[in-house]
Parts: sequence; structure tokens; C-alpha cells
Amino acid sequence: MGNDIGNITNAEIWESLKEVTDPEIPVLSLVDMKIVRDVRIEGEEVYVTMTPTFAGCPAIYQMKTDIVDKLRELGFEKIHIDISFKEPWSTEMLDDEARAKLESFGITPPTKHNGEPTGTMNAKVTCPHCKSEDTTMENPFGPTLCRMIYYCNSCQQPFERFKAL
Amino acid sequence: MNKEQALQSYLLALADDELILGHRDAEWTGHAPLIEEDIAFSNIAQDEIGHAQSWLRVYESLTGTDPDTVAFLRDHNEFTCCHLVQMPKGDWAYTIVRQFFFDAAEIVRLGYLKQSVYDPIREIAVKIYPEEQYHLLHTQGNVERLGDATEESHRRMQRAVDEAFGQALGLFESIPGEDVLADENIVPDSKTIENEWLQFVVPVLKRSGLRSPVDETNGSGGTDVKSWYGGRQKEHTGHLKQIVTDMQQVYRMIPGAKW
Repeated sequence: MGNDIGNITNAEIWESLKEVTDPEIPVLSLVDMKIVRDVRIEGEEVYVTMTPTFAGCPAIYQMKTDIVDKLRELGFEKIHIDISFKEPWSTEMLDDEARAKLESFGITPPTKHNGEPTGTMNAKVTCPHCKSEDTTMENPFGPTLCRMIYYCNSCQQPFERFKAL
Repeated sequence: MNKEQALQSYLLALADDELILGHRDAEWTGHAPLIEEDIAFSNIAQDEIGHAQSWLRVYESLTGTDPDTVAFLRDHNEFTCCHLVQMPKGDWAYTIVRQFFFDAAEIVRLGYLKQSVYDPIREIAVKIYPEEQYHLLHTQGNVERLGDATEESHRRMQRAVDEAFGQALGLFESIPGEDVLADENIVPDSKTIENEWLQFVVPVLKRSGLRSPVDETNGSGGTDVKSWYGGRQKEHTGHLKQIVTDMQQVYRMIPGAKW
């Protein structure tokens, strides 16, 4: 065994999971994305609970592998990952910092909602590049399940908007 | 049928509808009439297959059989999907109408399942409900636009409604064991879903300029059209065998292969 896992604290695991990035949005970690929901250490075993953004998100398996790799680096060998819907993922979980990072990556952050995500469909959408509100929805679906495609009439650039969920 | 068997039966029917329709939708990837719709239907396909997988995980927790085994190693005559989802993709009008009918039924069914007293079903219903809302918004918008856009779009949409309506009623064929679950407030009974579905889709068709084959004269919300029953009893159209064979071909070549 490489590292002494006996001294590793829960907080340290959370800290190192901040280095595991979302495979589709590399500026955000799985912790920023609130995909990692819980971490528990029991002796030499570690339990991680994660929740997918959309139920059919195929990236969840890559994320799972990346978390296992990170925990192995720390020295853990007995790693249990549970994928749970108990606390369903919602874009409401993203904090201001995560939203700012999304925007800097060129994706308009998800519009806040009160339990009716589809109610945001006709909301004004700001271009992440030039901040103009003169934008048009091109497609309510996109390159991944969680994104929609827009076009900015002002800077004439296509961009993506994170779909409210 | 005891409660455990009834749960398994219900979960499989839900999963089979989603799985087969997801694969039918995926047949449009690279072939849809517009790039936007190609992306939309590829997304919807992925969502539906993800929903199937979610239901099959609950099935796994009850039976120990993993989702891939259920999806890829069962014979087609073991599936309990309704006929609507197994029909060939048809033209674009049929695709839109079928998906609209399905999405509307999902919204009604999931609305009840969100209140289920059985936690694993309730949790998934809560999770996938907004995803289906996005689908419905898209397909309903398309029905409304294509229903009376041009003479050709109207003609094709009307033909699709005439064809798919009776098939869609097969979504509400009673699932074996559902009475046991309905008695315990785990699931709604299928007649309840059907009535609410009719109340929702008929007015949408009407304002889209489309006729529905509903008998509006008897005032009971009943229909004159024949319901395509049999799917829940494993009596299928010949089309199911074709799509299940396609879907399972690669997996059966190298069972358990990791990609």
C-alpha cells in the first residue's frame, strides 16, 4: 500500500475530488457540479454517492471511473460508488461560482426556477461572449442532454445554454 | 400475483416502452429531415433509454438481474411493451405524432408515480418528470405547427393521427398485477391515465387542425377507435422481433463486452 489511508479525513477526500473534472465541462469539478453528493470513510473503505444530471447521461460512467482513479491515487483499494436518485440533481444546486465558471467556458448558466424548469424556456438568454440579450434559440436540445443551442444576433456567434432542470 | 411480482411486471413494462421507443427514435440519428431535429431526436432517444435503465435498476434491486441482461438477452416475446413503440419509424409526421402521444402519456403517468408510496419508483419519477416535460414541449409544438402548416403537412399529420391513435391507446392496456399495486397507491390504474390523456391530447389535436377519432357524442371520454391491446400480454406485432434483433445483435456476439 502506497499511502497511509488511516490518516485521510473526509474533508481531504472532498478536496481531492475537486480535482476530478466534468468530462464535458472541464472548468467544473464533479464537486462544483454537485454530482458528488456524499463521501464516507469506514476503516479502509470509502463510499461515494453520486447523482447524474440527466437520468440518461452517459458521462456518469466516465465520472465514476475518474473518481475511482482519484481515490486509488490516495491509496484506497476498497472503493464503493453508489449512483443515487434520492436527492435528484437540479440546476438550482449550482452556486454563483460554478455559474460564473460555466459562463467563462462559453455556456450560458441555467436560469433559476421555482420547481418548474420548463418555465424557463422563454426567458431572456444572455450571450456568454458579448452579453447581448438579442439571442435566438436554435434548438431546445444540444450536443449533450443538458445543453440547448442558441445564436447571438449581436456578435453572430452560436453558443450553448445549460438547460434548467 | 403478489406485490413483489406485480412490481417486477410493472417495472418491466415501463422499461420496455422506453427502451424500444428510444431505439426507434435513434433510427433517426443521421436521417432526420433537419439537423435540429436530428439532434433533438438523438437527445430524446438517449433520455428514453436512460429512463429504461433507471427502471431496470429498480428491477435489479428486486431480482438481482442487471439491466443489460434484461435488455439484451431476453427474447422479443418476453417484452411487455405496447404496440405503439414497436411500430417502424414511418415518416416524420408519424414520428412526431407517436412521440407526442407517448410523451403526453408519460407526463400523466409520472405525475401519479411522483406520488407513489414506493420510494424507488417515486424517486425516479421525480427525476425524469422534467425531462419528459421538455420532450412534450418539443413534440406538442411540432404537432401544433405541422398540423396546419401546409396541405401536405396537414395530410400527413392527419394520416399519422389516424394510424397512431388506436396504437397509443395500447399504452393504457392494464399491466399484469397493476391492480395489486394500485390498491396500495404505488401506481395509478391504467384507465385513470387513459382518461386524463384523452382530456389532454384531444384538445391539442383540435387546435392544431387535426381530427381525433374520439366519440365526442357519448360524453364519457370514450373512443370509437379500436385500442391496440396485446403488448402487455406479450402478444406483439411482427415489428418487435425486427427491432429487438437489431438492438441485441452486437451484445449477443460478445456478451458482457466492455466498451
